Amino acid sequence: MSEAIVITSGKGGVGKTTTTANIGTALALMDKKVCLIDTDIGLRNLDVMMGLENRIIYDIVDVIEGRCNVQQALIQDKRFSSLSLLPAAQTHDKSAVTKDGMIAIVTELKQQYDYIIIDCPAGIEQGFENAIAGADKAIVVTTPEKSSVRDADRIIGLIEQHEMERPRLIINRIRNHMMKEGDMLDIDDIVQILSIDLLGIVIDSDDVIKAANSGEPVAFQPNNKASIAYRNIARRILGETVPLQTLEEESGVFSKMRKFFGLQKK
Amino acid sequence: MTEENNQLVIIKGTKEGLIFHLHDDCSFRSLIEELTLKLNEQYPNADAERKVDVVVKLGHRYLTEERKRAMQQLIEKDKRFRLVRYEAEVIDKKTATEWLEETEVKRVKQIVRSGQVVQVKGDLLLIGDVNPGGQVRATGNIYILGKLSGIAHAGIDGDEQAVIVASYMDPMQLRIANYISRSPDYETEGLYMECGYLDKESDKIIIDRLQVLPYIRKRFQEVERRINK
Repeated sequence: MSEAIVITSGKGGVGKTTTTANIGTALALMDKKVCLIDTDIGLRNLDVMMGLENRIIYDIVDVIEGRCNVQQALIQDKRFSSLSLLPAAQTHDKSAVTKDGMIAIVTELKQQYDYIIIDCPAGIEQGFENAIAGADKAIVVTTPEKSSVRDADRIIGLIEQHEMERPRLIINRIRNHMMKEGDMLDIDDIVQILSIDLLGIVIDSDDVIKAANSGEPVAFQPNNKASIAYRNIARRILGETVPLQTLEEESGVFSKMRKFFGLQKK
Repeated sequence: MTEENNQLVIIKGTKEGLIFHLHDDCSFRSLIEELTLKLNEQYPNADAERKVDVVVKLGHRYLTEERKRAMQQLIEKDKRFRLVRYEAEVIDKKTATEWLEETEVKRVKQIVRSGQVVQVKGDLLLIGDVNPGGQVRATGNIYILGKLSGIAHAGIDGDEQAVIVASYMDPMQLRIANYISRSPDYETEGLYMECGYLDKESDKIIIDRLQVLPYIRKRFQEVERRINK
């Protein structure tokens, strides 16, 4: 049984594309057949992050407008045979894609892949509607910033109007020292406001950016915290129960005690 | 029948003015006829500057708006009387439904998220939160079993008696009728079990413990509050 999951956020720059690339990679690492779809027409990035930019021949608009079939447009990842990418078009705008077109593509890909991960463009307009149309589930990405949480809230409201499961939340770019000092919203606050299930937290790490620039998603690295976070998220998507990563580098007995007694400083 | 013996229109005087008791079992035409007669019988009031207030009691008769207007014209024709109101034991379905709508407590189970607006007629009982950027609006009171972090507007049709009650009060704005109050520019911690109401003395919206409500809104529970308006 295959699933189509859309990765969305409302606000731009919170890490939708990075999340898509890494979840896709992590799922592929777990021997799942995964297809990534970039729906950010006109501003495609996913291919760059995956390091597949110069292999693109056809794109999603070519498929929708009938210039090629889905199979021709798919690009196989250089590392995994089980991971593919359907790139967005760079030359068209968002109106080139239709809801029906998206649904048709996703339905076709579902027969071939276990997971279809759809990278949604920022905003709440047509591009968002298109990306949502084909999906069964949604993952909302936010950062611990007020504006980002506000937009995530808006997006969740819009997703709830569609017939879809309750979206799940990824909090991206967590900076531990800022959260500790109360300069950033903390995880509990965010989850409480958005009141959806938390799928995972990802720490802000330079390696994520480095990896994206080199076209090798960070999820390949074995010991990086962000990488582990993405692989944990993938395991949760597969239905495993994985405890949340501890943010503290050195979590002593004392702080655990404090936490146990509910004395931990917010 | 007894119509000839019984008077169809009985006029009684009170301190406030006159009460016209209209028989509710005869035809409207005979009522108008008798009323015209009775009104003509009266000697023209010498003190024409002061109009006499009239309340018309219709009993179990239902009058359409058109007939109400006709009767008002008849009564006020000589400029001696001023029709204050009609009182009847019956109302039509439409008005009754409207009254019901206006006084009902509407239950909504939802998280009102950023950009969403929930609006109801009557009172709103929201089971869920109002997130920052979300808005709830009601013609009556607003009760929130959850967090109010967005905007709540009670009494949108101008009811200044309306109140806003929330389990956790940390709103962006509170609005009651035409009054708006907003939270201060610095970060605030919300408060549990609070209510917001319009204080006429200071002419602004006040937030207080909800336990004070029985003292400031004695007529809080009364259904008639909005009907009488």
